Amino acid sequence: MAKKLMKGAEAIGEAAVQAGCHLFFGYPITPQNEIPEYLSSRLPQVGGTFVQAESEVASINMLYGAAGAGERVMTSSSSPGISLMAEGISYCAGAKLPVVIVNIMRAGPGLGGILPSQADYFQATKGLAHGDFRVLVLAPWSIQEAADLVQDAFDLADYYRNPVMVVGDGLIGQMMEPVEFYEDRQPIKELPPKTWASTGWKRDRPKAIINSLFLDPAELEQHNIDLKKKYDLMERDEVRFATYGALDSADVVIVAYGTVARVCLSAIEALENDGIKVAMVRPITLWPFPYEAVREVASKAKDILVVELSTGQMIEDVRLALHRPRPIHFHCRLGGMLVSPEEVIDKVKAIKAGTSEEVHYA
Amino acid sequence: MQNDVIMAGFGGQGILLIGKMLAYAGMHEGKEVSWLPSYGPEMRGGTCNCTVVISDNPVGSPVIQSPGAVLAMNLPSLEKFESDVRPGGFLLINTSLIERKAERDDVEIVEIPANTIAQDLGNARGANMVALGAYVGATGAVSLEQIEAVVRQTFAAKPSVIDVNLEALHKGYDLGREHAANSSEETAS
Repeated sequence: MAKKLMKGAEAIGEAAVQAGCHLFFGYPITPQNEIPEYLSSRLPQVGGTFVQAESEVASINMLYGAAGAGERVMTSSSSPGISLMAEGISYCAGAKLPVVIVNIMRAGPGLGGILPSQADYFQATKGLAHGDFRVLVLAPWSIQEAADLVQDAFDLADYYRNPVMVVGDGLIGQMMEPVEFYEDRQPIKELPPKTWASTGWKRDRPKAIINSLFLDPAELEQHNIDLKKKYDLMERDEVRFATYGALDSADVVIVAYGTVARVCLSAIEALENDGIKVAMVRPITLWPFPYEAVREVASKAKDILVVELSTGQMIEDVRLALHRPRPIHFHCRLGGMLVSPEEVIDKVKAIKAGTSEEVHYA
Repeated sequence: MQNDVIMAGFGGQGILLIGKMLAYAGMHEGKEVSWLPSYGPEMRGGTCNCTVVISDNPVGSPVIQSPGAVLAMNLPSLEKFESDVRPGGFLLINTSLIERKAERDDVEIVEIPANTIAQDLGNARGANMVALGAYVGATGAVSLEQIEAVVRQTFAAKPSVIDVNLEALHKGYDLGREHAANSSEETAS
């Protein structure tokens, strides 16, 4: 297909359709309403169904049902809406259901605001809900990458029988960029038929029961162990990242993800012209986090700078990535304000000049 | 090579539309483009703006603090963005709705009565097209042929408005070209 100029939200919706998702359940919230809006007219064209549920809680439980019947299914929401879905997402994880959840993050806490933010890093990567589970978290930095990752998310969800989350800030939802969909796209994993799905019992196989309740502790312990094995595989096989700039000789290495990384890349190019060498590691999977890549690039750089649209949630993972405790510099904008290339340039120059204050940990 | 522009005006003036048209034209020329709207709790008649980047290389930051050009279609937009234009950049002022002069003396100022021109052409809603034409004429960010093609495509469902919009685009384009020619003469002398 030819390149088309698409809003991020529309591209995410179309990517779901291209990936064979024919069911969408959701509840409106800014700044992601264009995703359900797009799918409400697009899904009927492919024989699919769009449902505006009565709440986020209802939406995620509709996903549970549809995924349990073996269908590819998606919902999208924004920060407070994702919080409301938390319980259901945990149930999906417990019942080993492949669902795709898109979070177009807005500034918080509480109702917060509707402008771009990365305030849900902890929520997505560490504390999505109760019960000792993990979800793959994919973070696109462009509209094309959002379209690609949403399609990958369905394959990964099916392969691991696990929820997959795609997180973008408001810019990813609202911005327009050229997008291309490939008609000959193949699944990125070998996907066996969903014999586990609850599609009606004809006495030709064991009953397929979709359940997350295990009252026998020994049975639940085994379930937890099996889930953990799956998470270990994800950590081994699914880490994604990209690197940029002077990787072997950087004065400063930046760690940033999503659209913030693009702002940083503009800064890196400008700094290069001033003779300042900067490298960047961009996590594409926030979980599993690219610990080794960050460790390696950081080991060759003098200083480390984390740039985020939160008060420094990713710093914790960057610290875990390092061999030894090292000071980390940090720059952020909050509340829906955006980082500019000029701010990053000033920060890097301040680090070089020794006037930037480091983030200290006891 | 990168052209970046912030277009700003009242909601309803068709600002976001001309931004999209410019981005489409850039894409059709094989360039990398991004179109970023301001969004927020705003209403018709409130202010709105969008940032368009057209580049030979993948677009880095879609957020531009110091744009190479600003199209100010009303006074609040001029107030908000005048100081942001890069030195040597381009500032279009819609004198139909803005009475004051520009304060900057280190940027190219193009004053165009976009609404008056549109009205004279019998197309009161075409002020945005005049401004778009002037921007393209003055900067050469995309070719006239390409932006014409996008106008035809955009209004394909309403063929009756294609010609009036092309007319407004051309009028603006000529004014932009004229300005560019004059300013390069000044530089030469």
